[in-house]
Amino acid sequence: MSPEPKIRIESVSYAYDGKSALGNVTLDVPTNAITVFFGPAGSGKTTLLRLINRLNDLVEGTRMSGRILLDGQDIYAPGTDVTGLRRRVGMVFALPLPLPASIRENVLYGPRLAGLQERTRLEEILTRSLVQAALWDEVKDRLDEPASALSGGQQQRLCIARSLALEPEVLLLDEPTSGLDPISTGKVEESLFELKRNYTIIIVPHSIQQAARVADYAAFLLMGELIEDRAGTQIFTAPRERRTEDYVTGRFG
Amino acid sequence: MNRYMVQRLGYVLLGLITLSVVFPILLVVGTVVAQGAAAISWEFLTTMPHGGMKAGGILPAIVGTLLLTLGTAFAAIPVGVGGAIYLAEYARDTWLTRLIRLAIINLAGIPSVVYGLFGLGLFVLFLQFGTSILAGSLTLAIMTLPVIISAAEEALRSVPTEFRTVIISLGGTRWQSIRHVVLPQALPGIITGVILGLLRAAGETAPILFTVAAFYLPSLPQSPFDQTMALPYHLYVISTQVPGMPPHIQNGTALVLLALVLSMSVLATIIRSYFRRRRQW
Repeated sequence: MSPEPKIRIESVSYAYDGKSALGNVTLDVPTNAITVFFGPAGSGKTTLLRLINRLNDLVEGTRMSGRILLDGQDIYAPGTDVTGLRRRVGMVFALPLPLPASIRENVLYGPRLAGLQERTRLEEILTRSLVQAALWDEVKDRLDEPASALSGGQQQRLCIARSLALEPEVLLLDEPTSGLDPISTGKVEESLFELKRNYTIIIVPHSIQQAARVADYAAFLLMGELIEDRAGTQIFTAPRERRTEDYVTGRFG
Repeated sequence: MNRYMVQRLGYVLLGLITLSVVFPILLVVGTVVAQGAAAISWEFLTTMPHGGMKAGGILPAIVGTLLLTLGTAFAAIPVGVGGAIYLAEYARDTWLTRLIRLAIINLAGIPSVVYGLFGLGLFVLFLQFGTSILAGSLTLAIMTLPVIISAAEEALRSVPTEFRTVIISLGGTRWQSIRHVVLPQALPGIITGVILGLLRAAGETAPILFTVAAFYLPSLPQSPFDQTMALPYHLYVISTQVPGMPPHIQNGTALVLLALVLSMSVLATIIRSYFRRRRQW
């Protein structure tokens, strides 16, 4: 692990409508590695993920305390450029949601929003993002076809490419393979292994098996509490906490 | 009686109920067509009435209704769609927005003659627009607003939240998410709502009674501040106020109004199904 964490989550508590979703979570996310947030439904893993690029700003009636530092900067500090933050921290959702437009327009949507117009630069980004998301070979001859014509697995990789087009530093993935078949899942996971050389990745996996396959660092959450977080895959083979062991061995959850 | 017979009986009953809904519509359309078709001619559609309106055409009434519908559209679409965007996309759930929603629902239930009186008070007298196309259009627009707002808000809300989240996660603003994704996806629903609202406005008599409609005018309106004849009011006039009116002219006028309204309704259906086929979720 690199000594400087990319993201530092400091005593974060979070509540919706007075109901606690996260209680005093403290966690470091290492640079250029895959970190896994796992736990049963309602454990707060998705909430924690969405706090990292401030998507929860859109939800009404919430309260948050604690700090989240990205490269040492508090992203909840007053005056933070939230749009800029979201360009640095990309997000891929559980459902592949291509925009109602062509493959090309989907990938280039973010850079264009950011004001980039130069043709050659856009073409470069298009190719690089699709290659990185392991989709280039399948779509290079039909970039102007509607994204909805792609299969589910292809759509999800397109959504990954769309996030990568902004050249983020951090990539958040919320159960990115939950709707995909095993082959597509394998392709998405392979592209993650490629990507972690240059990106800090946080993923909420859709199964413990996937968590164990991809994790360089893993954090187990239960009912809004961080139970255990450790490097590598020991957490799955030799958990320290009783509750972690119960969960990974399938005794509950 | 076994359960299959109960099911069969249920089908028959529901079928009869459905027929009882369709039957009156067919009867109305059938009667009007049967008795009015004879009156329809190029001359009927394109000339002024004469001989105490017992002869000639109904051109000023057709033009008047088209102008009023157009004026209503100009006033009601921006306000209605804008209001719906605010309510669906921006408004937080406070007592004020709840009050606004309640007001919109209740506005839809107000009798149209009350809108007419309101238009008379506000536009004709207080704002001194006089009995004019402007006053009539604005009155009809207010009456149409609840329909447009409700339909447009519903259409906007039916676009999955995730589309907005995606744009925002890509560094877009809330307005960009609306402009680039939500509005295009919601457009068929909005258009349908708008047309249905305008359709109701085109056929109303009471709101234009005090605000714009003329009993008889020998010429077409020249400006928004002129009065005009209009199909629904003309129909009312020739059916109740003019003794000895030939029935084929009454039914012919009704047929023109009906054709106008139904063709708008058909247009709404076509637009809706065209966009629905292109929808992506």
